[in-house]
Amino acid sequence: MDATTHPHGTPETHHHDEHGDEHHELGFWRKYVFSTDHKVIGIQYGISGLLFLFFGFCLMMMMRWQLAYPGQAMPVIGNALNHFFGTGSMPDGKMTPEFYNSLGAMHGTIMIFLGVVPLAFAAFGNFVVPLQIGAPDMTFPKVNAASYWAFVVGGIIMLVSFFVPGGAAKGGWTSYTPLGVIADTGPNFNPFFNGQTLWLLGFIFLITSSLLGAINFITTIIQLRAPGLTWMRLPFFVWAQFVTAFLLLLAFPPLEAAVVMQIMDRLASTSFFLPSGLVVNGAALQVSGGGSPLLWQHLFWFLGHPEVYVLILPGMGIVAEILANNSRKPLWGYKSLVFAALVLGFLSFIVWAHHMWLTGMGSAVSAFFQTTTLIISIPSVIILSAFFISLWGGSIRFTVPMLFATAFLPMFGIGGLTGIPLAFNSADLYLHDTYYVIAHFHYIVAPGTIFALFAGIYYWFPKATGRMMNDFWGKVHFWPSLICMNVIFLPMFLQGMLGMHRRWYDGGQGWNVSGEHIWGLTGFQWNTPISIAAWVMGLAQIPFIINFFHSIWKGRKVENDNPWDATTLEWTAPSPPGHGNFIKAPVAYRGPYEYSVPRHGKDYTMQNEPIEASELTTAHPTREPVLRA
Amino acid sequence: MNNPPDISPVEHETEEYAHEVRRHVRGYLMVGATLLAFTAITVALSYVNFGTQKANVAVALLVATFKAGLVAAIFMHLSAEKRLIYRILIFTGFFVFGLFWLTYLAWYNPIVR
Amino acid sequence: MEIPYTVSARRDTGLWNAKVGIWLFLASEVMLFGGLFSAYIFLRLDAAPGDWPHGLLNVPVGTMNTAILIASSVTVVLAWASLKMRDLTKYRIYMAITILCGVTFLVVKLAYEWPQKFDHFGAFIKEGALEKYEPYLGNKHLLEEGLPPRKEITGHLHNKEALKDPNVKEYEIALDPVYADPTNRKMDRPHFWPMPATDKIATIEKSDVKYATMFLPKHSSYFASYFTITGLHGAHVLGGVLVFCYMMLPASTRIYRHNPEHLANRVEVAGLFWHFVDLVWIFVFPLFYLL
Repeated sequence: MDATTHPHGTPETHHHDEHGDEHHELGFWRKYVFSTDHKVIGIQYGISGLLFLFFGFCLMMMMRWQLAYPGQAMPVIGNALNHFFGTGSMPDGKMTPEFYNSLGAMHGTIMIFLGVVPLAFAAFGNFVVPLQIGAPDMTFPKVNAASYWAFVVGGIIMLVSFFVPGGAAKGGWTSYTPLGVIADTGPNFNPFFNGQTLWLLGFIFLITSSLLGAINFITTIIQLRAPGLTWMRLPFFVWAQFVTAFLLLLAFPPLEAAVVMQIMDRLASTSFFLPSGLVVNGAALQVSGGGSPLLWQHLFWFLGHPEVYVLILPGMGIVAEILANNSRKPLWGYKSLVFAALVLGFLSFIVWAHHMWLTGMGSAVSAFFQTTTLIISIPSVIILSAFFISLWGGSIRFTVPMLFATAFLPMFGIGGLTGIPLAFNSADLYLHDTYYVIAHFHYIVAPGTIFALFAGIYYWFPKATGRMMNDFWGKVHFWPSLICMNVIFLPMFLQGMLGMHRRWYDGGQGWNVSGEHIWGLTGFQWNTPISIAAWVMGLAQIPFIINFFHSIWKGRKVENDNPWDATTLEWTAPSPPGHGNFIKAPVAYRGPYEYSVPRHGKDYTMQNEPIEASELTTAHPTREPVLRA
Repeated sequence: MNNPPDISPVEHETEEYAHEVRRHVRGYLMVGATLLAFTAITVALSYVNFGTQKANVAVALLVATFKAGLVAAIFMHLSAEKRLIYRILIFTGFFVFGLFWLTYLAWYNPIVR
Repeated sequence: MEIPYTVSARRDTGLWNAKVGIWLFLASEVMLFGGLFSAYIFLRLDAAPGDWPHGLLNVPVGTMNTAILIASSVTVVLAWASLKMRDLTKYRIYMAITILCGVTFLVVKLAYEWPQKFDHFGAFIKEGALEKYEPYLGNKHLLEEGLPPRKEITGHLHNKEALKDPNVKEYEIALDPVYADPTNRKMDRPHFWPMPATDKIATIEKSDVKYATMFLPKHSSYFASYFTITGLHGAHVLGGVLVFCYMMLPASTRIYRHNPEHLANRVEVAGLFWHFVDLVWIFVFPLFYLL
């Protein structure tokens, strides 16, 4: 490879208005609203996901007021919120316990199913994966559009549930029965249009959306890889999305079955999940009984556990791409990463009962699940270690994506390691349902996945828009967010170790009675700095929001299609790519992370650059034989 | 040295394939007849007592599995399907089995004093 | 750039896109019905002896419906074969028969089987009152035979207002044959041919009844799972029928004229879905009707 300039794009890239084929010009609605183009759908998912993330964040900020100042009226906006949410949610600006429970249940549901999964899997996956594998689109574009609109319907149902009599679902994001069945029933509630039932109905649409998406992703990655793009030449991001799609495909349906059964319990008075002899409000429930609340838990967590790997894997994929790109060296241990991801996906199906340690499981089943749960920590550690080692000896440049990606590493590390005590039935007897658990999973999802998502937004923004986001404001977004994340969630470990219970509306005041201090404050007193940090973090997102929208129209234009000097195939397409992405499928001759290869002239070599004769004659330090079929 | 492997589309040789399909038609009809016969058999067997309830259930499920196997192998062409499809189904089978068996394990292994 | 491998297979995987897609979808359906079947299994295992009903479904009708679905599986694969052999007329005939079978299945289920159940009544007797109704239940005889006890009296409810009106203190039931002659050995196990309710009337005091309802989903875990699984299965049958109807419309014929393999592939994919639906029923039928 000589040092003369080589075009970033190949001659085969497709430019905006040159349609060689017989496509007619689409109207506004078919082009921008009901589009079947993966890039449009990806952006639709992205914007929707960000909006829901913002809404879920606002719900949390409201909860934090109640936790820091229980029973006190919320200043300034308290009455306005009462009018907005209605149904007596915050009379005189003071939060009712039922409304607090609704906020808790919906914060979790919205953040996971309407925020993170659509963003991490659907938005980034849809936009990036076909480009990274050199495909013109997903294999089933219409199914792709159907998946997005099913998601929108599900989201609308979830939002509407706030405004029906009785308010939104309040049985936790887990909707454990019998509460999930008997909540929101009775004379004050509509038999169908109540929060708990609408929550279940919304879920049907969201699950359907994910299933359709998963089918598309898997088929696309199998069938539409460009010539020369073998499995072991795929960017790790594609592998991560592939495994995630399988998790969604196979783990969601049992929950869909369970949701249907809980709907039957609520609407048809069946007793799938209701035990015999249940007494509600002093009267025996007129149902057949004979059901099992535990059955709901098994079917829920059968999805619930793979779901958490759905939340983290795309984030890991994004971080992988950005680490390699910004350390200007290949990822360390590519094969280990791939196999770790596959093993992680596989094992995630057989660990679910570690969410049920307190249901009275015996020693045999408990030993099984403890064993598999501990084993599953190994692939996670492998992945994280490979990421750390990838930085060693790198020529690191701290662009904004790199800041978020680097921060991901210790944050995910803390989150993952603090999960280990929870893997033991014995330790979990104490920690279950405490703030320790909340801290553990938030460390993984919040400064973990969400930071990875921010990194991805800053990174792929120029590909989607042809403009860069502002660098300075990106850093203003990053540093307060990182600090606030830790001020919010680190003390929660302490609160949990004091035994402070989660989901309780009183902010843990029951534990204030003991007067026990941890690191200088009582458990309840810790709520105040945590809440303040949460509100400051809300403020820290404002530069991001402004930066995002401002840069779409006024951001600095990119000089070429590959502003980050990256190696993967999406950077060979124009920024933004046109319909069909490539005129002819690009051909991949190399692995995905050919950074700083000696004697190449520049410090990166794109995947579609052909092999020069000189690369064969001398001892060429690529990671794999270049002639691999 | 820069020739990537051939992943071009495979065109069907239509006439030969049509001829092959014709040979299979009789097979489809025979499998259909077998399925109908075994439906009658399964109904008849349900009135025979094989001792324990477990045995009765086992017999019924065995016949059902046989019928399902025929549908899958012949009607759904699974017996001639590609490796990738097998792999997907084997993983699925493993996870369904895990769902049943691990839940069963949890169900019948409660904490005892 | 067009999306490749929509009709022809990709050389290294040997598959065209929709085939991969449909098998992935079927894998997810296996997990879906697996979840439902697991509910059925655990609820049934949990039921005390005598609490899980037997013989309440119409076996001959169920058998006929099974045969109809199997026949439709045959005809759909013959429809596909006809397309492969480029015989459009035969394709249309077989596809029409398939649709007819599917519709018949649904009509039998929704217009006959289910309404028959909704019209059938059962009253679960309280533990303490079982002795009193021994003439209808015949539990002594069952105990001698080593069979599980009967705890419910079923039949045709004459005074339907008893269900809603708290002032009516008893149920008037035209007994099902087994309760009219409970100690008869012939009544120990369910029969193949369903027998209608006798005209022997029994009066059951509401105070002796633990729980009474028509044969609705709320009647028992048995009927809850029966209606849920057959309902979801029926929805899948309906979906399949609609897709097949679309494949008989002019839009599909146009695809055939343009590229016959394309339509053959679509029919194959829809057929795979249909066979899966048949497969599920192959398990539903013995589990609910026979066991």
